[in-house]
Amino acid sequence: MTRKSRRLVLIASAVAVIGVAVGLVLFALRGNVSFFYSPTEYAEKAPAPGTRLSVGGLVKNDTVVKGADKTVTFTVTDTNKDVRVAYTGLLPDLFREGQGVVAAGVVGADGWFRADSVLAKHDEKYMPREVADALKKQGVWNQGEKK
Amino acid sequence: MIVEIGHYALVLALALSLVTGVAPLIGALRRDGALMDVARPAAFAQFLLVAGSFAALTWAHIASDFSVINVIENSHSMKPMIYKVSGVWGNHEGSMLLWVLILAVFGGAVAVWPRFMPRDLRALVIAAQSWIAVAFLSFILLTSNPFARAAMPPIEGNDLNPILQDPGLAIHPPLLYIGYVGFSIAFSFAAAALISGRIDAAWARFVRPWILIAWIFLTLGIAMGSYWAYYTLGWGGFWFWDPVENASLMPWLAGTALLHSAAVMEKREALKVWTIFLAILAFSLSLLGTFLVRSGVLTSVHAFATDPARGVYILLILVIFIGGSLALFAWRANELKRGGIFAPISREGALVFNNLLLTTSTATVFVGTLYPLALEALDGSKITVGAPFYNYTFVPLFVPIFIAMPIAQMLAWKRGDLLGATQRLVFAFGCSLGALAIFAWWHGAPILSIFMAGLSVFVMIGSFADIIGRIFGRGVSGGTALRRAFGLPLSAWGTAIAHAGMGVTLLGVAATGWGVERIVTMHAGDSYQVGPYALSVQSVEPRKGPNYSEVVAIINVKRGDRMVAHIEPSKRFFQTRRMNTTEAGIVTLGFGQVYVNLAEEMKDGAVDARLYWKPLVSLIWLGALVMALGGALSVLDRRLRVGVAARARKALPPGVQPAE
Repeated sequence: MTRKSRRLVLIASAVAVIGVAVGLVLFALRGNVSFFYSPTEYAEKAPAPGTRLSVGGLVKNDTVVKGADKTVTFTVTDTNKDVRVAYTGLLPDLFREGQGVVAAGVVGADGWFRADSVLAKHDEKYMPREVADALKKQGVWNQGEKK
Repeated sequence: MIVEIGHYALVLALALSLVTGVAPLIGALRRDGALMDVARPAAFAQFLLVAGSFAALTWAHIASDFSVINVIENSHSMKPMIYKVSGVWGNHEGSMLLWVLILAVFGGAVAVWPRFMPRDLRALVIAAQSWIAVAFLSFILLTSNPFARAAMPPIEGNDLNPILQDPGLAIHPPLLYIGYVGFSIAFSFAAAALISGRIDAAWARFVRPWILIAWIFLTLGIAMGSYWAYYTLGWGGFWFWDPVENASLMPWLAGTALLHSAAVMEKREALKVWTIFLAILAFSLSLLGTFLVRSGVLTSVHAFATDPARGVYILLILVIFIGGSLALFAWRANELKRGGIFAPISREGALVFNNLLLTTSTATVFVGTLYPLALEALDGSKITVGAPFYNYTFVPLFVPIFIAMPIAQMLAWKRGDLLGATQRLVFAFGCSLGALAIFAWWHGAPILSIFMAGLSVFVMIGSFADIIGRIFGRGVSGGTALRRAFGLPLSAWGTAIAHAGMGVTLLGVAATGWGVERIVTMHAGDSYQVGPYALSVQSVEPRKGPNYSEVVAIINVKRGDRMVAHIEPSKRFFQTRRMNTTEAGIVTLGFGQVYVNLAEEMKDGAVDARLYWKPLVSLIWLGALVMALGGALSVLDRRLRVGVAARARKALPPGVQPAE
């Protein structure tokens, strides 16, 4: 093989691998990323049942109900709109009423948001950034600017 | 006083690194020996100054000097000694000081080792290294001074974040930083090659041990971080595709590619330009990782107090170094001479294939990590890119790497025989088919897990096929085989062992498919079956610790009627910081683990808990240890120690040819 044809083989295989990778990335980005909505956006955009997304805000006071077989229901609010969330499993450390939370899951047909993962804040300083932003929009969060 | 000396030493180090960045560079360009000779003592002095500064901060932490803001915010006089010391880097300022310390250690090391290295190359490498030091020393001094004093010193400190009060803090950051910063040497070598316009096999021989060292430590650092997250966060997972994890994975992938392309350069003088590019890429990704983790664009356990000024400064460093080095690359790369040619089916060809897949998979991780940030900057919508994205992109790209690994080891340099290579792997392939059948029969598991497990067996056995072929031939006695085994270069063993380590890790990952998970409400006296083990709960009770209170479950782990282990998972609450931590109850049985994680609330003497049986899970991290061992063997290979060969040549009288 000449230097030229060797280089051609190299370039062809590089193009093939990169092409496959680009295809995979585009495919994966279409189906496997989820948007983050604040409860207000959730109400405005009214995502179709079955859509995967994350909802973040504060856990509304007096809404946490622990049902049978480890199912917990609670309401996430940004003080403007509410989203009702159902979650089966263990709640994370520091999940509290009145505290910030991010729930990831699927929009249910019955108006419930079925979460398959729930994240709470890590410590007293840290609020999930998405939640802080969502709350700032409603003007109810002013401690978010860390020093 | 000591604190001020530490601060002053850091300022001196900055001044000195400015000099070291300029004088040897001019010396190398003008062929001025005196200026080039500034490099070695200056690199050494830089190391001493930064080490002194680091020692001063450590002293302040050990002595609990609460007039220093950094100590107030991160320490407590009652904290155990190990956390007083590791607390030095358990915060933003201290961790950056550790970063610079490791940079200075590498700079000092390259000043003395290898002993025989062209004077101008060493001068240029140290100069480039010093420019990195200038950037980060000024970053510390201008935006994150760890030595700042408080106007009103309090009596007691705020204590270290409880999540960080773990032996992991003593090990994980230093290992990871040695890996990250180690790639700075490869970067400096690349810059030196571009500036001088000279690059050859000898260059690759000088730089390869440094790449290997960085790679070994990065491998260990990532594995340690993964295990730490696994046992401390209580989610039972070992990898979350969290941006912070990706930030360490990207330099690892690029570094692995670099390691392999440098091997091609050393043996065959091919892929010069590409190797230089990868050296720049690996360190750029390390810098990017530092930026992502330290700037506060991401929120994670790693983001300490964030400050926009810091983010902007690191971004500036990032732009200058990546932009500058790529500009230098674009300008000078054409001057580098082209190297040896090779057929597509050859060892070189296989390594090019490896590089292609590794860099492409780096790119997919890059897209997954930065796409959400870019999208938010563009139209404000927030998205999450999670594990499914990487399962569809990263995993399919990695499968061919695993398949190609043993085959590539069998191919000859320059022109290889693919059919012959695959024929010699028939045994390994047979074993993997056998394993596949066993795994398929063993419990129900997703097809993908069974396939991955079979592949891992192929990799583990296939990695040694070449060595075994070289040791045992037809009619070779045991003694000869042993002699041959010792006669093989260490790097051959290193390659085989490191590749097998990848297989071991893959098996551990595949086995997650056989895992068992249960969520229960635990009462004293209950018994639960997870996998082959029964967990019998002795009691669930509140308990008091030295600086926390906890809910603890005391559990006996039984197999049949035999008790095999005892675990006490707990959930701790730290009053000072009003924070919870999870102490998962973990016991390693064989290579698998029983893992119990409690919820925080205890009601009516019962507590919710997650129970896991994770077969072969420890192989994930043991595989990384095996990989590091393989890397270490390669570093120790005599052929990489250039000095040895040079001395051996000198020892021979002129005119005498060394016998083969």
